[in-house]
Amino acid sequence: MPRTQVERFSVSHMQILDDDGNADPELEPKLTKEQLLEIYRLMFLARKQDQRMLKLQRQGRIGTFGPCTGQEASSIGPAYALGDSDWLVTAFRDLGARLVRKEPLINSLLFHNGFEEGNVVPDEAPNVLPISIIVGSQALHATGIAYAMKYRGEKAAALTFFGDGASSQGDVYEAMNFAGVWKAPVVFICQNNQWAISMPRSKQTRAVTLAQKAIAAGIPGLQVDGNDVLATYAATKEALARAYAGEGPTMIEALTYRLMMHTTADDPRRYRNEDEEKAAWEKDPIPRFRKYIERKGIWDAKKQAALEEEIKGEVDATVKEFESRKDFQPEILFDHVFGTKHAEIEEQRAQFLENLKLKSAKAE
Amino acid sequence: MAKLNIVQAINLGLDQEMAKDDSVVVLGEDVGVDGGVFRVTDGLHAKYGEERVIDTPLAESGIIGTSIGMALAGLRPVAEMQFSGFSYHIFHQLEGHASRLRQRSLGQRTVPLVVRMPFGGGVRALEHHSESREATYAHLPGVKVVIPSSPRNARALIVAAIRDPDPVIFMEPKHVYRAFREEVPETEEVMEIGRSEIVQEGSDLTLVAWGAMMRPALRAAVEVQNARKVSIEVIDLLTIAPMDSHTIVESVQKTGRCVIVQEAPKTLGIASEIIARINDHVLLYLEAPVNRVTNYDVVTPYFGRELDFTPDAGRIQREIETTLDF
Ligand SMILES: Cc1ncc(C[n+]2csc(CCOP(=O)(O)OP(=O)(O)O)c2C)c(N)n1
Ligand SMILES: [Mg+2]
Repeated sequence: MPRTQVERFSVSHMQILDDDGNADPELEPKLTKEQLLEIYRLMFLARKQDQRMLKLQRQGRIGTFGPCTGQEASSIGPAYALGDSDWLVTAFRDLGARLVRKEPLINSLLFHNGFEEGNVVPDEAPNVLPISIIVGSQALHATGIAYAMKYRGEKAAALTFFGDGASSQGDVYEAMNFAGVWKAPVVFICQNNQWAISMPRSKQTRAVTLAQKAIAAGIPGLQVDGNDVLATYAATKEALARAYAGEGPTMIEALTYRLMMHTTADDPRRYRNEDEEKAAWEKDPIPRFRKYIERKGIWDAKKQAALEEEIKGEVDATVKEFESRKDFQPEILFDHVFGTKHAEIEEQRAQFLENLKLKSAKAE
Repeated sequence: MAKLNIVQAINLGLDQEMAKDDSVVVLGEDVGVDGGVFRVTDGLHAKYGEERVIDTPLAESGIIGTSIGMALAGLRPVAEMQFSGFSYHIFHQLEGHASRLRQRSLGQRTVPLVVRMPFGGGVRALEHHSESREATYAHLPGVKVVIPSSPRNARALIVAAIRDPDPVIFMEPKHVYRAFREEVPETEEVMEIGRSEIVQEGSDLTLVAWGAMMRPALRAAVEVQNARKVSIEVIDLLTIAPMDSHTIVESVQKTGRCVIVQEAPKTLGIASEIIARINDHVLLYLEAPVNRVTNYDVVTPYFGRELDFTPDAGRIQREIETTLDF
């Protein structure tokens, strides 16, 4: 018997803005002037906070963190497409997306200075889960949340981020596969920043694209230019529309680049060269989007100067507030082991407080 | 002899075993070109090539599942978990297969596998980078759990782990990775897995610790000995499972008093097991209840609060005194 073709697959790529900030008029999303400027502001804020954190870390004023510089478009575009009832489930390099969801700027400092307080968002902020450090694990939570949305008949979806490295984890494939089977309203954004610590994308998988991983799960997959915030926004908007309409999940591979070290504990010179980084800086998503809004006539050097001033003020004020915070009760962790009271935990709390008293008595 | 820290000492052990036995392979996330995030495998990729020092895709279950296959087929894989906090994906491979293939096949199939993992706190790192979960692994029959505490024993134990016929979880106390240096002989040195070590002899109290807790424990012992006329016997557990009851039991029979120091949470920790063994063998020799200094049964705190929870020399000293005064 001759072999017959049973199925044919393809993977498409989408880009809206070119390197000079010209938008494809057919694909250009309908965003108001205010929205465009808000996106630009968020990208700029994420960048400035990230760079300030790098300085603070180098001065020993916060702990280790994974900078997001270079990934503002792949993080902020998708998050900006979310509605207020949707859920955001992130990894550890998504400051931008978290800011979109109104997470206070100070949280990034609290979290990276070792305080759980950095995970607490104001009640009125849209749903955003605490940062997930275990690579890929959070994708499954998004699928579960999406199932719950569907079960309850809510017109809401979940959006989750993970990296190119994470795409190798069973959890990520399982999340997509479950979502496919359940037709769950979830959007998977794989931020392919080309590196997983020292591992280049080419050594992570033999697959030519990461978007094609969606094919095995039987769900739509698409590759977008992840440094093009219009593309990441538009692709997510479309995926969300499908999700709300009961058509199930989508996976989007956003091609971007980790411009900085993996975390502040990492030294990229051990595994990649400066030329590669220099070339990647040429594709920095922020100047590209700035050119676009300038072309539209809604941005200029004067406005830029004012924004820089304003954001510097905001970042400075946040650092100041963070460094003046002293209200970290050590024993509150005992309040949050369980939702029920238990004698053993209470006894240990008492011992803890006693030991702490003796320790500080000795220190004095 | 060179003065090495723990990172360099383990590296030396790996290097020498690889040079000697070409069935030894190293695999894990970033262990090759980058030399591991703590540099424990530094230089091995350049020396032995990418087929023996394998930068794997990011998937812990994959790393250990394939390592089991390699071990079954005659290799001696030394797999790295980047941090113990990311090792739970491998639990099913250990519990379901590595620990039991020997017994399942009545000895026909064996899994000589080493799983190295930095563990423990005190490094101001993100969540999941500070836990001490040795008891979790020690609860699996068929899996050995080893925790070195110094450069010299780290080197001698990694060599023993590689040569061991069974799966060994080799937990590296990262807090002391670079804390101090020690003479490590260039020539071969192997320690027996399953043996604890008396690092200081004494007659009034037995102090048991392991890993990074050895240093505060020893400091506390010195403080107490300076303050009063007592001598404290200090035992470094070294192998968590299978545990060397004998050394501890004999010591407690002599001293009649015992304090155990454990970085991990209190409930069902290794200290609990040590207390049970003392009760089994020398209960009637005790002059005071066996005391333990442990962490608390809370989820490991982020580093901002962490040190308030971790046992420190001052607390160990107080508990030693309480036990002496009983
Ligand atoms: C399960 C797990 N294994 C290992 C790690 C250590 N680790 C943190 S980030 C990372 C690489 C992640 O790469 P990728 O998914 O591409 O995300 P990126 O860091 O590029 O944002 C590794 C190995 C972890 N956090 N979780
Ligand atoms: Mg990556």
